[in-house]
Amino acid sequence: MKTTRTTARAPSAQDQYTVDVFTVVNGAPAQWRVDTRTTLLEALRDTAGLTGTKRGCDQGACGACTVHVDGQRVLSCLMLAAQVDGRQVTTVEGLAGELGPHPLQEAFMRHDAFQCGFCTPGQLMSAACLLREGRAGSDADIREYMSGNLCRCGAYDNIVAAIRDVAKGTD
Amino acid sequence: MRAFLYDRPTAVGEAVAAVAADPQAAFLAGGTTQVDLMKDGVWTPDRLVDITRLPLRGILVESQQLKVGALTTMEQLAAEPVVEQRLTFVREALLLGASVQLRNMATIGGNLLQRTRCRYFRDPTVSACNRRSPDSGCAAVDNVARMHAVLGVDERCIALHASDVAVPLIAVEASVLVDGPSGQRRIPLTEFWVRADEGPSIENVLGHGDLITEIDIPLLPQGWRSGYLKVRDRASYEFALTSAAVALQMDGDMIGDIRIALGGVGSVPWRAREAEEMLRGTHVDPVRFEQAGRAVMASAFTVPGTAFKVDLAVRTLSRQLLTMTEASR
Repeated sequence: MKTTRTTARAPSAQDQYTVDVFTVVNGAPAQWRVDTRTTLLEALRDTAGLTGTKRGCDQGACGACTVHVDGQRVLSCLMLAAQVDGRQVTTVEGLAGELGPHPLQEAFMRHDAFQCGFCTPGQLMSAACLLREGRAGSDADIREYMSGNLCRCGAYDNIVAAIRDVAKGTD
Repeated sequence: MRAFLYDRPTAVGEAVAAVAADPQAAFLAGGTTQVDLMKDGVWTPDRLVDITRLPLRGILVESQQLKVGALTTMEQLAAEPVVEQRLTFVREALLLGASVQLRNMATIGGNLLQRTRCRYFRDPTVSACNRRSPDSGCAAVDNVARMHAVLGVDERCIALHASDVAVPLIAVEASVLVDGPSGQRRIPLTEFWVRADEGPSIENVLGHGDLITEIDIPLLPQGWRSGYLKVRDRASYEFALTSAAVALQMDGDMIGDIRIALGGVGSVPWRAREAEEMLRGTHVDPVRFEQAGRAVMASAFTVPGTAFKVDLAVRTLSRQLLTMTEASR
């Protein structure tokens, strides 16, 4: 098997179906040896133990698994873990700073922007990128550029309100 | 998911050779279609050659065209200022497709190669699918159908090509550069896809080991305007029921020149040449707009679930023609 890095050991038959991934998760270097089929979502939850990222539809339709790779929001259920080799991954566990919750997390709590909370990590990660992308200019824009994150509880109005608050800097 | 070997070459030649050497190998790019199909057991490669580290990312702006690296993402292409100015309908189609997360992953090359969203194609427990297994039948024709094609199809397969951006790209006559086992060649998008009624199991003219490396998109001439109208079941993050990409140049109150393609209706992105010919050099006339739409849809093959698409496509095109000619009326 060929990867961007080589291991000193001679590969066994089983090794052909595993891959070594050297990545950075929430600022900390991480090394995973995983089955080639492992998605980024599975590696984060099962290998790294970061269960904040949620497995919703597992087919790229709901957005619950949204994380950042090199600062951009992506769906971890449709990305192979092998594909983040050499890249930076940020999950909801890495959203808060040392001084406390991210402003979006504060705003989601204040606006009651969730009921069951299952979609919330994905909503937060998506919203954090939306703010950076400069797409929170209007409620219509927020709705359009958050449309990849579904909420079965229907907390959309409060999610939009929370994002609008942070975008306007009223927090 | 079936076990697979994983390679990640850093040179195009290496990637092409790796796939060409193994009949069960395939390229992997953004993965938004492929990983999904592998989970479903519909697509079962033994070896994946991950091309995401190949130097095929970025946009070169020339005076008459854009040279777009095949791994450029949908979001990256939409953000290019020249696309907004000179290829407005390409930008609109990009931003009306999928979600930001998917557009950050999906590449332009991969978008052109996306597989049909037909639910029967994507369900391996359905045995009748001529696209998956030749001569097995078509479950969609006899069962619930909605997100299916009505042009370039027959009773053997009604699979839809669901790309949005491919619709304006075929209108503007973009082409792809392909590297393959036998060298490099250029393929116009008008000759790239194979209609389902010309062979349901063949989707395009690429051979095993062929890799799209670049998409060349001619810029619309100065003075042209363009737009993409997408009609769908919900306001965002949904495939088109019907869509219309129109680019035109007005000559006073006459349509000087025009390009039209339709989405949501064809087994391939559908260039509407009959409509272009009927409208070129004519005055702005809503009756004629509808006649042009009817001419395109005249060859439609429908099943009960897709019959609505004929009228909807005509109206989608008519409305977009009205919008595009509005300043002249």
